[in-house]
Amino acid sequence: MRKMLVLAALMASVTGLSRAARAAGWNMPVGVTEVSRDVYGLHMVIFWICVIIGVIVFGIMFYSLFRYRRSKGAQAAHFHEHTTVEVFWTAIPLLILVAMAIPATATLKDMYDASEAELDVMVTGHQWRWHYHYMGEDITFFSNLDTPREQIDGTAEKGENYLLEVDQPLVLPVGRKVRLLMTSSDVIHSWWVPDLAVKKDAVPGFVNEAWTRIDEPGIYRGQCAELCGKDHAFMPVVVQAMEQEAFDTWLAERKQEAAAAASGVDREWKLEELVERGEKVYGSICASCHQADGQGTPPTFPALAGNQAMMDDLDWHIDVVVNGVSGSAMAAFSGTLNPVDLAAVITYERNAWGNETGDVVQPAEIQALIDP
Amino acid sequence: MAPNLPPKAPLEHSQSVAGSPAAHEEEHHYRSGPLRWLLTTNHKEIGTLYLIFSLSMFLIGGVMALVVRLELFQPGLQMVQPEFFNQMTTMHGLIMVFGAVMPAFVGLANWMVPLQIGAPDMALPRLNNFSFWLLPIAFTLLLATLLMPGGGPNFGWTFYAPLSTTYAPPSTTFFIFALHMAGISSILGAINIIATILNLRAPGMRLMDMTLFVWTWLITAFLLIAVMPVLAGVITMMLLDINFGTSFFNAAGGGDPVLFQHLFWFFGHPEVYIMILPAFGIVSVIVPTFARKRLFGYASMVYATASIAILSFLVWAHHMFAVGLPLVAELFFMYTTMLIAVPTGVKVFNWITTLFRGSITFETPMLFALAFIVLFTIGGFSGLMLAIAPADFQYHDTYFVVAHFHYVLVPGAVFSIMAAVYYWLPKWTGHYPDERIGRWHFWLSVIGVNLLFFPMHFAGLAGMPRRIPDYALQFADFNMASSIGGFLFGFSQLLFVWVIVKCVRGGAKAPAKAWEGASDLEWTLPSPAPLHTFETPPDLRGFKFH
Repeated sequence: MRKMLVLAALMASVTGLSRAARAAGWNMPVGVTEVSRDVYGLHMVIFWICVIIGVIVFGIMFYSLFRYRRSKGAQAAHFHEHTTVEVFWTAIPLLILVAMAIPATATLKDMYDASEAELDVMVTGHQWRWHYHYMGEDITFFSNLDTPREQIDGTAEKGENYLLEVDQPLVLPVGRKVRLLMTSSDVIHSWWVPDLAVKKDAVPGFVNEAWTRIDEPGIYRGQCAELCGKDHAFMPVVVQAMEQEAFDTWLAERKQEAAAAASGVDREWKLEELVERGEKVYGSICASCHQADGQGTPPTFPALAGNQAMMDDLDWHIDVVVNGVSGSAMAAFSGTLNPVDLAAVITYERNAWGNETGDVVQPAEIQALIDP
Repeated sequence: MAPNLPPKAPLEHSQSVAGSPAAHEEEHHYRSGPLRWLLTTNHKEIGTLYLIFSLSMFLIGGVMALVVRLELFQPGLQMVQPEFFNQMTTMHGLIMVFGAVMPAFVGLANWMVPLQIGAPDMALPRLNNFSFWLLPIAFTLLLATLLMPGGGPNFGWTFYAPLSTTYAPPSTTFFIFALHMAGISSILGAINIIATILNLRAPGMRLMDMTLFVWTWLITAFLLIAVMPVLAGVITMMLLDINFGTSFFNAAGGGDPVLFQHLFWFFGHPEVYIMILPAFGIVSVIVPTFARKRLFGYASMVYATASIAILSFLVWAHHMFAVGLPLVAELFFMYTTMLIAVPTGVKVFNWITTLFRGSITFETPMLFALAFIVLFTIGGFSGLMLAIAPADFQYHDTYFVVAHFHYVLVPGAVFSIMAAVYYWLPKWTGHYPDERIGRWHFWLSVIGVNLLFFPMHFAGLAGMPRRIPDYALQFADFNMASSIGGFLFGFSQLLFVWVIVKCVRGGAKAPAKAWEGASDLEWTLPSPAPLHTFETPPDLRGFKFH
């Protein structure tokens, strides 16, 4: 039985490894920036240093184990120290390390020089999505996981970019130095795209800096790298790099869309309109904690369905959504959602899952609250 | 590779130094029944309690790892939900670090330090009892958090704020209390070990005459006393943030989440050496025994251990290369981290030179010690790669890191503990462990552990972050291999339990000097070692050590 288990494990491992061998991706990607190529170079140099040392050290070890077996009549020698040898094997590794530290220092200095950037993007981590703000361009949007729930649960076949696809990627121009400013609205996240060799923590209360200059147009995928709660695995980073002209066109289109989306603050909205829009906002922003059915996951994330305190006190409800709850996981959404979306989602929450208050919150009310 | 068990080694100076066995018989008026174990102040019984506790925690933590590996067998969510997955990874880490590896080393120290320095017991026997019994209480409480509303700790064993404070489940306060108790237990245990080593050495045994196991534990104990209070401090700050409205780590209140990481890793990095230095000591004792040759470079081994301990206070921020440290800090911590490779290399070179021109046999303890040398060194290589800060931006928080620290902790620290158990079981029980099952256990563990952890290097380099319950399709093959290896390794440990139980119940009788090449003081005592030993200290003045 034990033999069969070993055999099965060995066969499974051999077939598993050969399949993996055929697929690409055993090593760090070379990437598409100068920095990522430097990093790859450092990685390979230190790797080969380790391999060479390993071959020598393990070679001597296995030679000794084989050659000096007592079963072959080996008699133990009596030496037990040798100053010259000990100085030698202290000094040589030291020299190797110094030789390694020099190029590593140069690359690190380069990675830290975010000066003279031509475009600044503010990257804000949220549980569990990224928010991008093109500084000075007035363009902001959330980037949500776009993999359908059915694929995760296994009721639908998984797509090619399973868990590495988003509804709106971060679009960047090629050949220009882009500075990325990282922060977080809740816990610590980490923004990582292997092909750019950029990984930087997004820490609440801090603004971290990183930069990249992408050489080739393309789509580069990464993930949040710092454990940030239950959906840590479900907040990918996707960067779409395009030529300058295409980027400019995209930028102009985005501005128009943003203006259209934010319009309508002044007009009177009907209940059905707000509920329809609010359902979408709720699905992409709120449902990850409070669940699509409004049941939440108490005690951490309270239920909204049948929440009497919420239904009784409209002003409190608005305050919680707009300003967050200090000392809890509930973030303030006034900075990331426009007044129409805020009004819509609050109205939706008051009229969904059997919460039949009939209350309608107008975008103008929210606007007045945020920007009196 | 037949085991070379010596027929009957002569008792060297045990009869003259250990007192006559008959003298002990009348003193055996200890309690019987469960109260005996609850109230015992005997270092051997407390050592046994520690080891049994550690083995139980190893199995519980291992089951949690298997839940993780089961979920990761294939992409998609099949077995558990992310909330529970995060509790499993967190509890697995906490239990293995604080409940399995550390208590195992303390248990070995309890048993073997007095025997190796010729002391009658630990210096502070009642304290010893207290430090042990804190542990079952602490870990019962910690495990109980899994049943509380909102679940147990789910923020990783490193419990970074504010995920572990503002955003943590309500049970976190219990987690803090449990960790406080485990920390107090460690500090008291460390005080006891230092007091024992510095005060109770047999006459004539100087510090530089001690075995490497005693030396590494002395240094480890100082590390524990230095850093466990830092851990206590940081979890107390968490407690205040959660329950008393302070904002140490809450940015919205003017606090600093990065401060948490500095404090945690100022504890955490020495902590990883706390889990490896005694392993170095064990291997430095076992390798000479089965190579039948004195340890090469005894003095440089001691100095290397001390250097590693001192350097361990100067490298903590290499765990934080991606957190946004200034350039100067990155460079400083990169250089100091690379420097650690030098004394660590010295140790590996010394072990291999000890093997060189020896007369080597391959009993189970030796097999585990040799596997330790190879596989720990592989973990050391990936550690050196991680030290290169620019490359670390790619490795950081990926499975490459998971592979690295599991290589140094599992075929590193855990294999050394297994080697120690096989090595000293004859002294503890008076019987040799079953060599055939021991070898099965060894080979299945070695194959399992490599199949489990080696593919993780590739998964990490290919871009798989750690601590995720579901992953992209290109990581599927690596994870499947790891999961198969995990189950192989996990179930092989049942053989370990079997060997131990079998050995306690019977087996080939072991003489006082159970291993032909063994030379340390414990082998002068009869096997099994009587409950009370060295009541009259052996006079070692003029004795030629090493």
